[in-house]
Amino acid sequence: MSKDILISARDLSVHFPLRGFVFGERPVVRACEGINLEIEKGSFFGLVGESGSGKTTLGRAMLKAAPISHGEVVYTDHEVTYDLGRLKGPELKDYRKRSQLIFQDPYAALSPRMTVRDIIAEPLEVMGLTSSREETDARVREIAAKCRLNLEHLRRFPHAFSGGQRQRISIARALVSDPRFIVADESVAALDVSIQADVLNLLNSIQQDSGITFLFISHDLSVIAHTCDFVAVMYLGQIVEAAPTRKLFSETSHPYTKALLSAIPSLDPDDHHVAQKLEGEIPSPINPPPGCRFNTRCPHAQERCRTEVPEWREMSSGHHVACHFSEELA
Amino acid sequence: MTSPLISVKNLTLRFKTDEGLVTAVNDVSFDIAPGEVLGLVGESGSGKSVTAKSLMMLNADNSVYDDDSQIILRTDDEEIDVLSLKRPKEQIIVRGGAISMIFQEPMASFAPAISIGDQMIEQLLIHSDMTAAQAKEVSIEMLDRVGIPEPAHRFKQYAFEFSGGMRQRAMIAMALSTKPRLLIADEPTTALDVTIQAQVIELMKDLVDEFHMSILFITHDLGVIAQTADRVAVMYLGNLVETGTVRQVINTPAHPYTRGLLNSLPKLEDLDAPLTPVPGDIPSPLDRPSGCVFHTRCVETAGIAEQCRTQIPGYSSDSSNHQVACHLATQGDES
Repeated sequence: MSKDILISARDLSVHFPLRGFVFGERPVVRACEGINLEIEKGSFFGLVGESGSGKTTLGRAMLKAAPISHGEVVYTDHEVTYDLGRLKGPELKDYRKRSQLIFQDPYAALSPRMTVRDIIAEPLEVMGLTSSREETDARVREIAAKCRLNLEHLRRFPHAFSGGQRQRISIARALVSDPRFIVADESVAALDVSIQADVLNLLNSIQQDSGITFLFISHDLSVIAHTCDFVAVMYLGQIVEAAPTRKLFSETSHPYTKALLSAIPSLDPDDHHVAQKLEGEIPSPINPPPGCRFNTRCPHAQERCRTEVPEWREMSSGHHVACHFSEELA
Repeated sequence: MTSPLISVKNLTLRFKTDEGLVTAVNDVSFDIAPGEVLGLVGESGSGKSVTAKSLMMLNADNSVYDDDSQIILRTDDEEIDVLSLKRPKEQIIVRGGAISMIFQEPMASFAPAISIGDQMIEQLLIHSDMTAAQAKEVSIEMLDRVGIPEPAHRFKQYAFEFSGGMRQRAMIAMALSTKPRLLIADEPTTALDVTIQAQVIELMKDLVDEFHMSILFITHDLGVIAQTADRVAVMYLGNLVETGTVRQVINTPAHPYTRGLLNSLPKLEDLDAPLTPVPGDIPSPLDRPSGCVFHTRCVETAGIAEQCRTQIPGYSSDSSNHQVACHLATQGDES
């Protein structure tokens, strides 16, 4: 294989059974269904979709923080290969060191009763990565400097910090165990634009310096476009299109991706392009529509879309799409 | 020229707190003409919501308005001095009468245990002399107008039975059913997905045309502003730093802060453009910088740093009423 894949999903499904149904078949929330995904080592992989599309669940499944109902997720670096579905015990602990998560809300993610130093040091202590307090401190200071935190602030508590600074603390905490793979789930969504730019630049520079692979989850296509090398678009538990960023924007093939793009309000007051209107809202993942899941909102839907599930096929090198008519619509 | 619907003059608002008086809005003046959409932009903590709430006297009891603050609302037959309305009975005119407001989080803005319909009827009974039956009819009509399918059935439902986009539509329907002159929309699309946001923006544009009302549109999203507003006001730390038409402010921003905001936005047209953040964080309102409030983060103070640190910049304006509060503007291009 020519590409160097760090983590890949094959036919991955994540289902959550609903409680409280005694008779008949128990309904399940099909949060992710039949996902195929390959993330290259050292890439900045973007995952975009509306709320309810299953992007967070997919991110968590890749961290083994959501149950894998079907299919497999394989993680490979130069030392180990793990099949996440079967991972447990010491190997699972080892995987926790290699993978980390940065959350959306920096106000909720940091314990208000721990100092910044303790917050950043906690993973080291829990995982037993350092042997002495001096070593821990040295490591904390090193990471804090990397994340452009003022070292004098390490003794303070999170309430003293602004949103952007808190998010830098969250990033430092994720980096401290020296992971290979980081899932950043809406990590800039709660921040003001000027702060957002700062955090995005920081993530990019970390990625370039240390070669960490990022799965960057966001609902904002323009943020994804600016930071990621590769983008996958999710809709109702499935990936509908995936391509290198530039290709996705220049050769948009799936009607949903097109609608997402046209819905972004233009900064040019004289650009009166009308957002390609999507009727209605995202259907429930308990009872997804048959055939192509997007058929209820797709402006081009035909009979075939309502019955036949579109195949996940390669349009051009690296550009995959799941739509019956992407050639005709291109 | 018709006189503005609402004029805000020298609005200064402080909050009494344990740590002393906190200035949330500092000497802000602006007008909104009938039928005009004014976009109010700024980061969190810039005072945009507090400014909007003062139009409806919705700020908390610990708020103190300076003596020369003035808000004048012009209805057909009278001029109302909003800040002099002290009793709740008098305040009805600005709280749902001539001014309505829609909020960011539609789930938190509906009472969860009262049906949407009853909430819509309640406010119509307060603000008009309709009977309950008329109010119901008008409400169902409004729900239909904002594109809620099966309005008569939805009318009986509760907020939790609506999806996010539908709640926001119901909220708009409710705010508009009293036929306000001014609609204050505080981040109405921020909690929505882009495809739903596009639907809501289009709906709001249609309604402005149809009802000929004014909108004060508060958002931090400059793209949304570019597509909806006629004029834009940019706020920073309680101060209005720039106002102008949407084309002036977005195409030729005059204040370094506005330029900074625009430079930090990821743009789809140019994926290679670097994102340049405005350095540092917004200072605490307890510790407002001297001189120009933006000087601590400004990258364009070269040469006049001393002036920026000590003197408060006044407003300068070009012929087309593009106003900016910056020493650079008064100094640089006098021409």
